[in-house]
Amino acid sequence: MSSLTPDVAVPVAETPGLAVAKTRSWKAPIALGAFVVVSVLLFLVAGRSGDSTFRLSSATDFVKLPNAVLPTRGTDVVLTIVLAVIAVAAAYLVSQYRRVPIWLIAVFGVLFFVAFLTWAGADQSILVPGLLVGSLALSTPLIFGALGGVISERVGVVNVAIEGQLLGGAFVSAVVASVTGSLWAGLVSAMVAGALVSMILAVFSIRYLVDQVIVGVVLNVFVTGLTSFLYSEVLTSNEKLNQGLRFAQVDIPGLSSIPLIGPLFFQQNVVVYLMYVAVAVVFFGLFKTRWGLRLRAVGEHPQAADTVGIRVNATRFWNVSLAGAIAGLGGAFFTLGDLGEFQKSMTAGAGYIALAAVIFGRWDPIRATLAALLFGFASNLQNVLSAVGSPVPSEFMLMLPYVVTILAVAGLVGQSRGPAASGKPYVKS
Amino acid sequence: MKLELQGITKRFGALTANDHISLTVEPGEIHALLGENGAGKSTLMNVLYGLYQADEGDILLDDVVQRFAGPGDAMNAGIGMVHQHFMLVPVFTVAENVMLGHEETAFGGRLDLPGARAKVRAISQRFGFDVDPDAIVEELPVGVQQRVEIIKALSRDAKVLVFDEPTAVLTPQETDELMAIMRQLRDAGTAIVFITHKLREVREVADRITVIRLGTVVGEASPTASNAELASLMVGRSVELTVQKAPAEPGDVALVVDDLRVIDAIGQFVVDGVSFELRRGEILAIAGVQGNGQTELTEAILGLQPRVEGRIELDGKQIQGLSVRKVLDSGVGFVPEDRTEDGLVGEFTIAENLMLDRSQSGPFVKRGWLRLVELAEFATEKVREFDIRSQGIATPVGRLSGGNQQKVVLARELSRDLRLFVAAQPTRGIDVGSIEFVHKRIVETRDSGVPVIVVSTELDEVTALADRIAVMYRGTIVGIVPADTPRDVLGLMMAGEVPSTEDAA
Amino acid sequence: MSTPTPTTPAPAPAPAPPRDAQASRLLRDIVQSNAMVSVLAVVLALVLSGILIAATDPTVQSTSGYFFARPGDMIQAVWHSVSVAYVSIFQGSVIDFSAYGFAAGIHPLTETLNYAMPLIVAGLGVALAFRAGMFNIGGQGQILMGAAAAGWVGFSFHLPLAIHLPLAIIAGIAGGALWGFIVGFLKARTGAHEVILTIMLNYVALYLVSFMLRTPGLLQAPGSTNPQSPATLPTAILPKLLGPNFNLNVGFLLVIAATIFCSWLLNRSTLGFRFRAVGENPHAARTAGINVKNVYVWAMVLSGALVGIAGATQVLGTLTTGFSSGIDAGIGFDAITVALLGRSRPWGVFGAGILFGALKAGGYAMQAANGVPIDIVLVVQSLIVLFVAAPPLVRTIFRIRQTGSGSPRIRKASSSKTAVVTK
Repeated sequence: MSSLTPDVAVPVAETPGLAVAKTRSWKAPIALGAFVVVSVLLFLVAGRSGDSTFRLSSATDFVKLPNAVLPTRGTDVVLTIVLAVIAVAAAYLVSQYRRVPIWLIAVFGVLFFVAFLTWAGADQSILVPGLLVGSLALSTPLIFGALGGVISERVGVVNVAIEGQLLGGAFVSAVVASVTGSLWAGLVSAMVAGALVSMILAVFSIRYLVDQVIVGVVLNVFVTGLTSFLYSEVLTSNEKLNQGLRFAQVDIPGLSSIPLIGPLFFQQNVVVYLMYVAVAVVFFGLFKTRWGLRLRAVGEHPQAADTVGIRVNATRFWNVSLAGAIAGLGGAFFTLGDLGEFQKSMTAGAGYIALAAVIFGRWDPIRATLAALLFGFASNLQNVLSAVGSPVPSEFMLMLPYVVTILAVAGLVGQSRGPAASGKPYVKS
Repeated sequence: MKLELQGITKRFGALTANDHISLTVEPGEIHALLGENGAGKSTLMNVLYGLYQADEGDILLDDVVQRFAGPGDAMNAGIGMVHQHFMLVPVFTVAENVMLGHEETAFGGRLDLPGARAKVRAISQRFGFDVDPDAIVEELPVGVQQRVEIIKALSRDAKVLVFDEPTAVLTPQETDELMAIMRQLRDAGTAIVFITHKLREVREVADRITVIRLGTVVGEASPTASNAELASLMVGRSVELTVQKAPAEPGDVALVVDDLRVIDAIGQFVVDGVSFELRRGEILAIAGVQGNGQTELTEAILGLQPRVEGRIELDGKQIQGLSVRKVLDSGVGFVPEDRTEDGLVGEFTIAENLMLDRSQSGPFVKRGWLRLVELAEFATEKVREFDIRSQGIATPVGRLSGGNQQKVVLARELSRDLRLFVAAQPTRGIDVGSIEFVHKRIVETRDSGVPVIVVSTELDEVTALADRIAVMYRGTIVGIVPADTPRDVLGLMMAGEVPSTEDAA
Repeated sequence: MSTPTPTTPAPAPAPAPPRDAQASRLLRDIVQSNAMVSVLAVVLALVLSGILIAATDPTVQSTSGYFFARPGDMIQAVWHSVSVAYVSIFQGSVIDFSAYGFAAGIHPLTETLNYAMPLIVAGLGVALAFRAGMFNIGGQGQILMGAAAAGWVGFSFHLPLAIHLPLAIIAGIAGGALWGFIVGFLKARTGAHEVILTIMLNYVALYLVSFMLRTPGLLQAPGSTNPQSPATLPTAILPKLLGPNFNLNVGFLLVIAATIFCSWLLNRSTLGFRFRAVGENPHAARTAGINVKNVYVWAMVLSGALVGIAGATQVLGTLTTGFSSGIDAGIGFDAITVALLGRSRPWGVFGAGILFGALKAGGYAMQAANGVPIDIVLVVQSLIVLFVAAPPLVRTIFRIRQTGSGSPRIRKASSSKTAVVTK
């Protein structure tokens, strides 16, 4: 690289990178090992005998699948061995300085759940479709909220106010639908309500540079107080304002007759179908369109975005508002999609679980959706297990999403890196 | 396209950063804007680029007055900028960075990434760059990242290209390559503004030179002007860069660094097998282009780096692997490279900052209580001794000037009993008066028999202070040479070339 | 680089103001000081909440129907609804003029102090974490753990008061400290963000305590089927401070002591010095040999311990007949607003806690007297904090001119997390 002609510059890329040290992290095998120990204790030492029945179809299904009857102890022994093999394989990979693939951990997780259900359902029958349908219902608002969180954080504003956006959407949609008699008007108004909460977040964090987490937390208190006040003061005395209107279930022709999947995904109401659309649109938009490219640029390196003519703070404001509108739809699910009428503090912390899903899903719309589904599943599992008389206290099942998130942020499920400029206000000259 | 600035004035409160600056850049010309750090060069360019609005004056392109409300307007008018701190999104690919801000979209709003890739390839080919459009920017070497910046500007058909201190992060080798690129662009008819404070580069590549000082144009010069002429224009007086110091009287070996390796977060050896010895009463200057492992080396000595292998012995005692606390307690004084980030707590008062590294034990601590009276006495004394200009010891250091902040750091570090003193970039971004003061104190420290390590990217500072010079390149020490080694030899070493006749001093 | 860049303008050298200008500036500083902003924020929040109360009042609604015919009716109705609400808040929290005798008259004041007690001490915990650069949203969990531990000691052992009561309080402190320790430990060891950890641990604590409350042999009252604990034994109940007619108990002295302790800790102790150094600039603190990870752990332990005291006063003073999983009563989140309003200064937190205690005491009085739901207090509280956090907004609303230039710059200069809190 010594001779230089004026016209041809030597490509710098040819210079080699620095020497790299071999690194390995034992976190994943250790975590898997811990679960194997739990499996051994729970399924073998405290093993249960009998048969576990999994009912794969409910009475109303178009196609009826036979029940799966598994011998409890035998199945659990086999599964525990498989889990142990996976943990050993993970340890081997790490000892060879290789990464443990995420799918292996996912397979491990699914098998653990199956083993657990088999163990818990000894001499019982578990209605699998019911378990899954209930999970989807619990997950839907979480997914909307998580999508709102992903958009907001990707553009650089930490969104702790998801809870407030959900609650605001729930309240307004119930009232507007009751007043106008139109469910669709209720749905739109939920988006407006969520966006309004978001706009407060945006104004305070962008214009007044208030710490975003603080605004988020305070906004949640504010919306809780405001909706509770209005509920007690106005809604309880005027039942016409809170009539409990709901979207009816709409079966998608054809798809809804597929065994197991049909009843789960295609015998739902409009809000759930909107959720499918939202997940797809947000994913596509975020990674494949101009909107997404600019949004992510603003969240990663606002100054760079500014120097190519992107208006950073306007981009943040409108996208945070959009995030609120999406979360507001999740709020409408509580009322129009599920329960009908509004009740005090009915979101009950779902916004915080959605936030957990955002982080567990590493700020990716698809992963966040999967995380929300997992959390919804865990919550619903508790319902199902308490119905069959589970040996595990329901509280520990309810705890699961939170414990999993703690493990995730503690790096046991791989390091996660958020958008670089998230939480940092952008101040020009 | 011809660029003309007429009487540009920009004020920040009471400070006038640009005072009626006028200059003209013709197409096919490299116009160097020469000035010290803080002379107002970057402000001027930010005005030109629409990031700041000028308080007075006009920007003309081909004799038409322009109004830039933001960088978007400047870009559309044909101005491109290669920023000192690259304006690239680290997690995006090259193609995504190049298209950002003026994206072409296909059906359904889908980004036209193939188009962007083709554009990157076309421009790369034209100028002989080898840039992969799908590479993630943060994984590229800085030299390549800079080329991405250039591609970004060119992809917008920039007719006026501004290079803002482009060589700060480059090796001399990469700098030469950049010069070649600039000439090539000029020959293609681009008007180029080249902002720098490095005289050699200006004389090598510029067609015209405008020198600014304290926000005003102080003169024009031709590339044939001598270094001394340019320097005196730039600084405003004949430059005295030598430091008054007696020859070193090295004592026993105090510090031994043996086969030191530092591994960063992504597993790279940023310091790779560094060994040297340092005697009492001598200054070892570590030279090198920013980012070749000097920072990590000093941090490893202090115990700030998490993954370090090898041996560091101070006075026969192993200090590698000790906590920062224990390293400090064994007598190491440290002036960090970035004083506002690592050296000082901006919200704390001068007094509080002076006890920052003695909050566990020492003269200001008694059974868990702070001894505020003793601290105040000490602070008052040090403010006087180090000539720290402030409104009193209760002033938050965030309100002090850079020079006075650095004096606070020095006062704190030098008021302990030292067995080793490490100063990283001790005069970066501070005024000339403070520079002299800092240099004087460093030499005094040496003369008191303390071994001193000075890390600097400024060759002038290195040659002025050093008793011996170690040059670092890509994590290794290329060689350790005497202080009187010629600058061109040092320059080659900074590019990684081992001098043929290496004097192991 | 000292030339101005887009984000950090060069600090302009401050010219020495002439003498007479200094005097007028002093005046303006008082007007625009944080204290003034806080007062105006409270006023603003009360006005907005008043509008809300009036707008939802049935009489106002009915009179608004014929506003243009007889505007007086509606104005009168608005005045009536708001004034009655706020007067009853005042009478419920400060002095009840209608009461007979001095003791009964100041009874509301002691109620305020009673409500303020857990708010102050939990607020101190949140403030302490703030000063060390951490955001403790885990007050709910820490109170629950503190209450569970204090409650368990309180109903399980038969000991003399002099031993039993301190033991129960220490148990509460330990319960909160344990929950704080988990946060500090995980943050220090793995770099996990404390906001996420504390939020998640709130729910873990909630379900853990719920489980214990419905499990005989743990916290459930014997023979009961409700998820509720047995009553606290008399030997572990905080004695009343002003005699049996007033609810205020000795816990308040504990709270004053905690405030003094925090004040000493932050301003006079070396540990507090390290907390503040880490909170303002962890990089510089680390370079200066301060063990930042240790600070995170200790700050969270102390923060949790203080919040745990709030849990202890709840079960040993406020609700001694047995507690349920709702024992935290929202204090964990209220504490955040208290710490913010008090700007993380111990005595500021003390004052803010008393203000919010007054709102709570008055809010219950108002609900009882006028039927205005207590939830309005949450609205007032959150509005106050929002306004306090954004002084420029308050200044804009009240048209106060701002001295100096670039308050955004100053706010940005400090570490972003504590920008609001520590100013």
